[in-house]
Amino acid sequence: MAKRKAEPLLWLLFSAGGLAAALLLPVLLALFGLVFPANWVSAPSYAHVLSVARYPLTRIVLLGLCVLALFHWAHRFRYTLYEGLQLRHLSMLIILGCYGGALVGSGFAFYLFLVVL
Amino acid sequence: MSLKYTEFHPRWYRPRMPVFWWVGRRSYFLFVIRELSSVFVAWSVAFLLLLVSAVGQGGRQYQQFRHLSSDPWMLVLNAITLAFLVFHATTWFNLAPQAIVIRLRGKRVPRSWIAGTHFAGWAVLSVLVAWLILG
Repeated sequence: MAKRKAEPLLWLLFSAGGLAAALLLPVLLALFGLVFPANWVSAPSYAHVLSVARYPLTRIVLLGLCVLALFHWAHRFRYTLYEGLQLRHLSMLIILGCYGGALVGSGFAFYLFLVVL
Repeated sequence: MSLKYTEFHPRWYRPRMPVFWWVGRRSYFLFVIRELSSVFVAWSVAFLLLLVSAVGQGGRQYQQFRHLSSDPWMLVLNAITLAFLVFHATTWFNLAPQAIVIRLRGKRVPRSWIAGTHFAGWAVLSVLVAWLILG
């Protein structure tokens, strides 16, 4: 019964995470993963990146993005394993691994954005 | 999956599917590729968290992160990741009209408008983020 109650919430997180990831991740990954490392544009200074990252709105947006995108991954990957690789019989293990992973990652994100930064 | 046969119950018809059932047909293949994009979404979050962790710890760690991200393997991984992210974004926005049905004065807002709004929002946000980061 508890599982059935959780399902709509998980779909909601999947959907919100999919939208957040689609809107924000490409530009962030393109800049920090390709454009700056390949020196197409010179990377911003440490002081500038720190000041942008510490701005309260940035923290809230990035923390939300990380948490939602992780639950988006958890939910979609769960069904990829179920259907793509036909591992439905390992359902319990997959559920624990996927949502557990997303929870651990979210905890780490909270720690980073609220304590470390 | 364990099958339980009971008396007076017809036998289940459950043909076994090969694991790589999605390879033979383009639409199946694209479906699985789209589903697999979530792995790259997760990697992008991990990469972002590594960056934020480095920035939070100090200038030397930030330089170390930049050094790590310019490793050729990392560049290849992130180029593949970006391709998957763009695929995720375009398929997501193209599917949005299926999920969002808006009626204005009794008429359904055309699908292309809903998808178009998403693509426009994507462009605006990307420019805004780039402008913030590049200062």
